[in-house]
Amino acid sequence: MITLAHFLTLGAVLFCIAVAGIFINRKNVITLLMAIELMLLAVNTNFVAFSRFLGDASGQVFVFFILTVAAAESAIGLAILVVLFRNRATINVDKIDSMKG
Amino acid sequence: MTFPLICFYLFAAATTLAALAVILVRNPVHAALCLVLTFFSAACTWLLADAEFLAIVLVLVYVGAVMVLFLFVVMMLDVDIDPLREGFIRALPVGLLVAAVMLAEMLALIGVRVMDMPVTPDPAAAAGVSNTTWLASALFSQYLLPFEVAALILTVAIIAAIPLTLRHRTGVRMQNPGKQVLVRPQDRLRIVKMVATKPAATSGEAPTP
Repeated sequence: MITLAHFLTLGAVLFCIAVAGIFINRKNVITLLMAIELMLLAVNTNFVAFSRFLGDASGQVFVFFILTVAAAESAIGLAILVVLFRNRATINVDKIDSMKG
Repeated sequence: MTFPLICFYLFAAATTLAALAVILVRNPVHAALCLVLTFFSAACTWLLADAEFLAIVLVLVYVGAVMVLFLFVVMMLDVDIDPLREGFIRALPVGLLVAAVMLAEMLALIGVRVMDMPVTPDPAAAAGVSNTTWLASALFSQYLLPFEVAALILTVAIIAAIPLTLRHRTGVRMQNPGKQVLVRPQDRLRIVKMVATKPAATSGEAPTP
């Protein structure tokens, strides 16, 4: 039988993979955005599992809102990325330091 | 081991492997495609948790819209990968160490309290309605104002994303519809008053026979 612990473990594993991805792909903005999407997926998995096992619809409603905000976030993030690449011809995080004192 | 549990292990393994591939592969296009597989497998695990509506929404919104947007941007930008991979090997041990410690802590927390949680029946099925109805009754009564705010956030995102990427090129001939509509006939057309016929030449040299 699937228990709550199964879903929470899956969420924890996904979240830790995303954290490792942020650490090892520090220079690539596209992969950083993908790692953030993975984190949101992990959190959503936890919400769905708690909603199912506590019998409360609020968890699934919150997943709905997180999906909305994540879609808006990735749309604006990718738009900023396109503008950045058009102006600087790079997406390397180390090269984007013109505001550094 | 029941059949749903076997399915859960299969889907969870697919999700984990695809997520690992997302952060480890070299090509961003392959990473985006692996992220599609991750979301799809995660949607399958959500189906096992009786969240049918959200599983379909995850596939439609993420795989259908957000990941296509990612692929579009990755393919549109001609990114040179090699400089971005420079610190990869150096950062790999630190990243794996941090992730492993975090995972151990989270699993310890999960193991302490949750393992003996009683298995409850599906709340939507217990209420005698489908998952979508169950979710909608909460969404459109208790959470109506946040729902409208979510719609507002999406509108703001559209309005923000379009001017960001809108580009005014110089040296390109373009139409200006506003000016085209505002034009008046007298700006373009000049009516010249003149007689319809020309009088025949009377004086001067006569036409040669």
